[in-house]
Amino acid sequence: MKFNVEVRIKLKKGMLNPEAATIQRALALLGYEVENTNTMDIITFTMEEDNKRKVKEEVEDMCQRLLCNPVIHDYKINIKPED
Amino acid sequence: MRVGVIRFPGSNCDRDVYHVLKLVGAKPEYIWWDRKDLGHLDAVIIPGGFSYGDYLRAGAIAAITPVMDGVKGLVEEEKPVLGICNGAQILAEVGLVPGVFTVNEYPKFNCKWTKLKVKTIRTPFTSLYKKDEIIRMPIAHAEGRYYTDNLEKLWDNDQVVLQFYSENPNGSLEGITGVCDESGLVCAVMPHPERASEAILGSADGIKFFKGIIEYISRC
Repeated sequence: MKFNVEVRIKLKKGMLNPEAATIQRALALLGYEVENTNTMDIITFTMEEDNKRKVKEEVEDMCQRLLCNPVIHDYKINIKPED
Repeated sequence: MRVGVIRFPGSNCDRDVYHVLKLVGAKPEYIWWDRKDLGHLDAVIIPGGFSYGDYLRAGAIAAITPVMDGVKGLVEEEKPVLGICNGAQILAEVGLVPGVFTVNEYPKFNCKWTKLKVKTIRTPFTSLYKKDEIIRMPIAHAEGRYYTDNLEKLWDNDQVVLQFYSENPNGSLEGITGVCDESGLVCAVMPHPERASEAILGSADGIKFFKGIIEYISRC
């Protein structure tokens, strides 16, 4: 069975996000006063696996071993069976 | 004294490190990322550059290559390991030193001479300096801001190696820009000692990093 996987990676709460701060300053230059600007990385891929539980286990492993740095990142995994 | 210089696709300070190792009388050897057998080496240096284009995060992909298993083996054998710039990011990603080197506070590539304070002289690389000695070495990075979630432990264990002096050009926590593991044998520094190892370059303050390796190996 094929699954669509989406991993959303963002900096832990309280971590400085220089990219978001720069974007917020640039928006202010255009006259848009916004707050709490944040950015995140989204990694998507498809996986062939027997069931959703196995996909979840493997993607958790990927996040721990490569996709995220646990010192600074939080992540969220979304898995959907491919239509 | 055989000192390995690890090369990844995107390394670009490998030849500089090789050159300085020869200057101090070591026998340098290039080691490609897919080699695991490093047992013949007395020490290893992971030079600067942009391994794998810094994709994902600086050092993240290099951290999972076979050669890093070889490096872990050397660490178990208590042989000195030095990571410079991208090498420091890789050592942090592998978890051989605590914390992380992430995007600069002002998010641009920052290349300039800096003044640094040597905070510990218990590592082989800093053993020839005086504690709190002020030295000059250049930095050249976009992801060098040091962060750890356990700062107290870092200071308690004497694991801070270098601190920026008089300015903090990347926003590192307490200006920390070099850390080591608990043993002091694995050391990760963002500034480039190899670019400050000959007077003609503007400073020779960095050469003691390499002389320190030689002295440590000859004592063992």
